[in-house]
Amino acid sequence: MKTGSAIALAVAVGVATGVLSHRFTRAHTASPATPAAAPAHAPAAFSPPPDSAMPNDEFGKMVRLGRQIFRHTGQYAPRYTGNSLTCENCHIDGGRLAHSAPLWAAYVSYPAYRSKNGHVNTFQERMQGCFRFSMNGKAPPLGDSALVALESYAYWLATGAGVNTKLDGRGYPALPRPAQAPDYARGGQVFAQRCALCHGTDGQGQRAADAQVFPPLWGPNSYNWGAGMAGIDKAAGFIKANMPLGLGGTLSDQEAWDVAMFVDGHERPQDPRFAGSVEQTRQRYHDSANSNYGKTVNGVLLGAHAVPAGGSTRNAPPPR
Amino acid sequence: MQLVRRWLRMATAPALVACVAMPARAQGRPAPVNAATIVQQGNGHGAPACIACHGPQLLGNAAGGFPRIAGQNADYIQAQLAALANGTRKNAVMLPVASSLSAAERQALAAYISALPVPAALPTSVDSGVSAASAAALSHGERLATRGDWPRGLPGCDQCHGPGGIGVGAAFPPLAGQPALYITNQLAAWQQKTRAGGPLDLMAAIANRMTPADVAAAAAYYAAQPPRPAPHAARATPAGSRP
Ligand code: HEC
Ligand code: HEC
Repeated sequence: MKTGSAIALAVAVGVATGVLSHRFTRAHTASPATPAAAPAHAPAAFSPPPDSAMPNDEFGKMVRLGRQIFRHTGQYAPRYTGNSLTCENCHIDGGRLAHSAPLWAAYVSYPAYRSKNGHVNTFQERMQGCFRFSMNGKAPPLGDSALVALESYAYWLATGAGVNTKLDGRGYPALPRPAQAPDYARGGQVFAQRCALCHGTDGQGQRAADAQVFPPLWGPNSYNWGAGMAGIDKAAGFIKANMPLGLGGTLSDQEAWDVAMFVDGHERPQDPRFAGSVEQTRQRYHDSANSNYGKTVNGVLLGAHAVPAGGSTRNAPPPR
Repeated sequence: MQLVRRWLRMATAPALVACVAMPARAQGRPAPVNAATIVQQGNGHGAPACIACHGPQLLGNAAGGFPRIAGQNADYIQAQLAALANGTRKNAVMLPVASSLSAAERQALAAYISALPVPAALPTSVDSGVSAASAAALSHGERLATRGDWPRGLPGCDQCHGPGGIGVGAAFPPLAGQPALYITNQLAAWQQKTRAGGPLDLMAAIANRMTPADVAAAAAYYAAQPPRPAPHAARATPAGSRP
């Protein structure tokens, strides 16, 4: 994701950040009698078709399966899911929401070169990465029904969008570097005041009736060190636009950077590309101010105490 | 209903409540708290029996819009009693009640009430009023509950209140099986600022993005949900394997 869409993001961000501050004001001046106009997210130029328009044929079945996998990943693609997250946790509203890396904007942007793996990736290969890193699981083989279903869903959401177009609302907004370097201690305060209510004081989320209602932000059940969200810049952009849930756009840029530093300053499952040692792995994959991997944060050398990558998929039989 | 009406009359006479409350406080020796007795009979110095409004098993009263409190999270009950007493949650009926409960009584009641059983389905006397909702309203309500309406900034209610609105932790109370009138009243209270916005002012923000039709639909939907999680739905056939 580093370079493939850098230009698109740079363009989108100017728009996104402008609207973010605008909608913040609206949310807080809403008069009680009349419902406040959509404050939480800037309207994107493109809007995907409503779920009710899904076709009722064999293709529609695949689209529906894709939506189920996207929203209930552990239940519908257990073989490839190693943690308790779902795709939707980071791509809100079933991958529809602008500035939450929506599927419709992604679909029309592949194949694309990615510096993360140094070659041109198809859309399916891009999603393999999410299973391996964000879901701390296993990449489904290309052509696997899980990837076909997800691709069908994304394709259908992109109905009417032109291929190879840079749609407004793609990815997460890239926040300008903050005035003060992102700080773990300040981030901890933001976390306690604005995040712990839902994600828990220990960041492990909350469950009810067998369901993970609020997802874990770090620890063995969250995304691993190789995930995009483990990058402080990506996390800051996501958090600024979308968190606290329902109150997107209410944190200052500085608060978003600080709390991203805090969230990504905790141990999580090992990078599946582990290169023999924490130092080697940092050098090869994390040599950036946006990664805390291999750094000592709050007295802990991050990466050194990570549980192995793969979570619950580690002991599962290989896909047939 | 007889009891409810009698108590509603009484609630409008705060002077009476105050003088009943006085003697017990003046004596300065705290009587041992018996939560079960307060629930059934009141505390003898201002608080009537909880069952008078909340129903014999504290499962709520749909016609009166009184909430189910049985099985409610203990910390949530305590926080609400405090808010009702100090007026950050304005309610003419509960103000005198909450004000006449001592801290020890509130704590004992919260522990006792939170441990009361919640049936899988509510008795018909409680969930009456649900049938009035139209199929269209129910399906709009289901959509709001499970998906929200993100283009308007509305998260799905279930995203915080849990699957089927069963409630999550101390901050997100159950909506499942609550009287539609109660849910409507609370959303209106946030819109009219007669109930403080709750943690992060989240509910004030959300209620203000809802139209009257949204409010009615969400209320009707949750009133019709079973108050306890449905038995685990059969697992769907996992994808991700080649046929
Ligand atoms: C009102 C509840 C709530 C609050 C408060 C909240 N979140 Fe979230 N958060 C959620 C929910 C729910 C999701 C999953 C969204 C979905 O599935 O649609 C989520 C998802 C996330 C994710 C992506 C998934 C993951 O587990 O990594 C991150 C990161 C995150 N939140 C960070 C934060 C931060 C940082 C804050 C504080 C600034 C915060 N959240 C405040 C409810 C909340
Ligand atoms: C822990 C959070 C997280 C989870 C869970 C997650 N992703 Fe992502 N995803 C990201 C991040 C971060 C990006 C990069 C966004 C950016 O660069 O702005 C991304 C990007 C993508 C993209 C490319 C977007 C684009 O515009 O190029 C696709 C497609 C995608 N994810 C699909 C999925 C699928 C399918 C799943 C579930 C199997 C999933 N994601 C789970 C965080 C997550």
